[in-house]
Amino acid sequence: MSELDIVGPQLAILLAAGAVLVWDALLPRRRAALPYLALAGILGAAIWTTTWVIRGDFQTAFDGTFAIDQYAVFFQYVFAGITAIVVIASIDWVDRVGRRQSEYFALVLTASAGLMFLAGARDLITIFLALELSSIPQYILAGWGKDQRSSEAGMKYLLLGAIASALLLYGMALLYGFAGSTLLTDISAAISEHGADNRSLLVVASVLLIAGFGFKMAVVPFQMWVPDVYQGAPTPVAAFLSVGSKAAAFAVVMRLFFEGLGEQFLSNDWAMIFAVIAAVSMTLGNVFAIVQRDIKRMLGYSSIAQAGNFMIGLAAISIAGEHFVQGASGVLLFVAAYAFTNLGAFIAVIGISQRIGSDNIADYAGMWRRAPLLALALAFCLISLAGIPPTAGFWAKLYVFNAGIQADLVWLVIIGVLNSVVSAYYYLAVVRQMFLGEAEEEKRLAISPTVGVALGVATVGVIVFGIIPTPLVDAAREAAAIFAAS
Amino acid sequence: MIQLFAAATGEAPGISEAVLWAIILCPLVAFAAITLYVRHLPKIAGYLSILAIGVSFVLSLIALIDVLGASGGIAIYSHDWFQAGPLELALGVRIDGLTAVMLVVVSSVSLLVQVYSQGYMEGDPGYGRYYAYMSLFITAMLGLVLADNLFMLFIFWELVGLSSYLLIGFWFHKPSAASAAKKAFIVTRIGDLGLLAAILLIWTRHETLAIDEIHELALAGVLGGTTLTLFGLGLFAGAVGKSAQFPLHVWLPDAMEGPTPVSALIHAATMVAAGVYLMARFFPVIEASPDALTVVGWIGAATVAVGASLALVQTDLKRVLAYSTISQLGYMMLALGVFGYAVAVFHLFTHAFFKALLFLGSGSVNHATNTFDMRLMGGLRTVMPITFWTFLIGTLSLSGIFPLAGFWSKDEILLEAWVNNKGLYAVAAIASFVTALYMFRAVFMTFFGTYKGGEPVDHEDEDSHFHGDPAHPHESSWVMTVPLLILTAGAIAAGWWALGKEFHHFVEAAIPAEALHKAPDFSYWIAITSSLIAVAGIGTAWAIYHRGLVSSTEIRKVVLPIAVLLENKFFLDDLYERAFAVQVFQRGWNRLVELFDTTAVDGAVNGVGWVGTQSSRVLRHAQTGQVQLYGAGIAAGVFIVAIIVFIANPL
Repeated sequence: MSELDIVGPQLAILLAAGAVLVWDALLPRRRAALPYLALAGILGAAIWTTTWVIRGDFQTAFDGTFAIDQYAVFFQYVFAGITAIVVIASIDWVDRVGRRQSEYFALVLTASAGLMFLAGARDLITIFLALELSSIPQYILAGWGKDQRSSEAGMKYLLLGAIASALLLYGMALLYGFAGSTLLTDISAAISEHGADNRSLLVVASVLLIAGFGFKMAVVPFQMWVPDVYQGAPTPVAAFLSVGSKAAAFAVVMRLFFEGLGEQFLSNDWAMIFAVIAAVSMTLGNVFAIVQRDIKRMLGYSSIAQAGNFMIGLAAISIAGEHFVQGASGVLLFVAAYAFTNLGAFIAVIGISQRIGSDNIADYAGMWRRAPLLALALAFCLISLAGIPPTAGFWAKLYVFNAGIQADLVWLVIIGVLNSVVSAYYYLAVVRQMFLGEAEEEKRLAISPTVGVALGVATVGVIVFGIIPTPLVDAAREAAAIFAAS
Repeated sequence: MIQLFAAATGEAPGISEAVLWAIILCPLVAFAAITLYVRHLPKIAGYLSILAIGVSFVLSLIALIDVLGASGGIAIYSHDWFQAGPLELALGVRIDGLTAVMLVVVSSVSLLVQVYSQGYMEGDPGYGRYYAYMSLFITAMLGLVLADNLFMLFIFWELVGLSSYLLIGFWFHKPSAASAAKKAFIVTRIGDLGLLAAILLIWTRHETLAIDEIHELALAGVLGGTTLTLFGLGLFAGAVGKSAQFPLHVWLPDAMEGPTPVSALIHAATMVAAGVYLMARFFPVIEASPDALTVVGWIGAATVAVGASLALVQTDLKRVLAYSTISQLGYMMLALGVFGYAVAVFHLFTHAFFKALLFLGSGSVNHATNTFDMRLMGGLRTVMPITFWTFLIGTLSLSGIFPLAGFWSKDEILLEAWVNNKGLYAVAAIASFVTALYMFRAVFMTFFGTYKGGEPVDHEDEDSHFHGDPAHPHESSWVMTVPLLILTAGAIAAGWWALGKEFHHFVEAAIPAEALHKAPDFSYWIAITSSLIAVAGIGTAWAIYHRGLVSSTEIRKVVLPIAVLLENKFFLDDLYERAFAVQVFQRGWNRLVELFDTTAVDGAVNGVGWVGTQSSRVLRHAQTGQVQLYGAGIAAGVFIVAIIVFIANPL
């Protein structure tokens, strides 16, 4: 029982996924209740997670392959929040698509359960299974739209995802071959014992792992699928992909690399890989984002650049002991801040593009007059993405850059700051278009209440954590502290 | 963290922290409510804004009385806001004599200006927007004076600049207003770079941004040498931009393109005083560096001279007042340069009242005549008696006539200058003659002689909300005259607070006692001289512009080179536009943009296009071509990453 108790939050969500399917089969006329059933499951997961926070005696289950600790709890909250906002924002869209609604919500919930399993996974096989549990529903969801572009996006995502999984498995196989165990703790022990003699093997394994997860994180050079899939996939799904799987990939990479591959001689190698990938991702992501005319493609490239920002934190942690927590907590803070911000931006885009039938940035001109609240919320999210106060994104960037400086990565921080300036250009160009541009028509846009609620939650999060960042910072720091202890 | 410091006599202020935050939040709430809900209900927007600032005013008074009761003790309420390793940012407010005085100045003038605007802005299509921007500005200004650390101060400082930009360009469809707004924004940004550099400097050297800690560092000599001087000059650069000091004063006259109440509040009484406030706030730092102090004093003197001389040749009433403001702000800086910390704040305090009064008076005149051009006015004394008398009292106060407010503060500046630096005294004394001359020139041209008819109403102009008939000017409505009358009371009596030096002791308690210099005693000699100088200025103006004993055109012929110099604003604007704006900004910028365009953007666009065409070419042959390309990309990525690692860290 106690082991089931440990995975209770995940079970609650899977249960809700099943309940959604059954409900639809038994009561097809009461379909409107489906999203609320899904939300109830997410709420259950959040409450269950909270009981673990209250109980405080964090532990591992299933022979140490899965843990509930501050780190897992932090991410479980993040994923619960992301899934809840995505579900609410999807209600209107799913209703208009008008088919297989229960499957949609069930798939979102299943993917979410997979993400939550990733947060606590401490074993290579568990990590891989959790990753597939979250990925396969996402492949299907990407192709959920009725048009050909969506099918194409789903197909591309599946094929490339399979390649990434293969690389990942290859890396894991090498690690297992070396350590004779799939448990991260055992791998760590084996590396400190005789890892130095097998450095090339371990480096190749690291590279393969980084490639596999880099696909999910959407960093250069594993990012090519991003704009096509974001543009083709239904917007709520794109929103989910852009924050959910990216956050999960960072969550698992941090645990895998710091718990399993944290030995000094090895961490020097992979820290350098992360630093280089961070610099290239930020730069290429921003350069391509500038020339986009389509807002969804723009957000796609911007999410590549943002992943580069997160990665500064990854590169910073590994350098030295006392700054370890700085960088790790920086990544956590950034993940949480980015989740709210990017979701908010995507939802605003959902709201607008549904009504004007276009994703062209030029068509956002004068949106301030047509949908003032929507425009204001989108403006706040874009300002947060650009890292301008008083928003959550500002603190996240400040924190991560600060961690980079502490870790003597000044060159990387300079590239980051320069990129921030570049990114401000295209984020603010949208804001400018909305507030100062002349609208072709003045008709007010009607925004569905569910989109409004989801957007409101995300934007309030962006602003509240922008004004009062301390609780989030403390939570991130506590969560990252587990690495300092290990 | 709460820190309370009792003054030498008395105890620490007991005011609750919530009151101080409420002072900032009231106008902020009004701003949010107007922006979100009542943009289209102008009347309600106006009332809401006035109500909010009214509450802030009452709370500011309570704060002032509380600090007065504590004889000027200090209370600091500071909370950890954000922490990342050694980087600690605090969210805190600080109340002391200096802040209390600033709070009352800002909130009282704001309140009066907001009431006045009800009449002045009546019928403007942007009425709701106007009140939203004004509320935002007031929030930022109140936050600026309450901030207990440089980080918060800087945020509010920039917010003040932003709202000033929005308000100068309030009538953004007028090209002159739009370009004036841009000019103000860019010119003040140049100064702000200095401020930012100062903040980064103090942070990297001493890891603190708290105002009281910086004071202690300076007094203990820990912060010293070059760092101290650079820090002081960096702060001063910010103040030069914001307070329109020479040579960055060029934005302020153009800022008159904004609505007149905006000019009164932002570009006369409060925002432009923020630079002086910043210098006063960090006076212990400035004072510890003789080099910085000298620069402050002489830049102030140059500003006094430039402002006063240019005010003399303006034909636009508001521009006279704008140059006069520049000149008076120069006096405040000059006072700081001769150790006159309390005197500078005192002049800031009195100046706020009489200058706001004069600006609002000019707005009232504009409402009757539809112009600011003094050559189209004259004779308004009889038709606009309230405006005339209040304007006259404001002018007398500005000229430094006993016993009005301006007399006391200007006299003390001259006294401090005389004691500490004779050169600065000479500039200040000569300029006070010019001050009286240009102000009475304006009074005679506007209110005496015969009426020249004003500016005819252009009925084609849809944005004009002029209601009256310029041919038959009339007194303004009570919402405009009552604020004038109240400000007149301030222009008369504000100086009496300092009769027994209470004002000085009060604001001096705000900085550590070690940083203070003993103020010289009142000198009848100085007082009488400065009064005579002012009277001489008035007499000269009377002779030239009223009685016409000497024709102004004759004078112009005699001093032609000077006149040309003045009429072209010392060619400074031209210099900036040619040398700076054109050469550096436009050409350099254009070249940069062009370079970026041809290399980066074009390259990227062509690159994207190339990928697009290539992949579409592949696509024609096989539906999955693109995915193969992407898959190949991933595989290539793996190899590249691996190669990079092994090159960087060979086995």
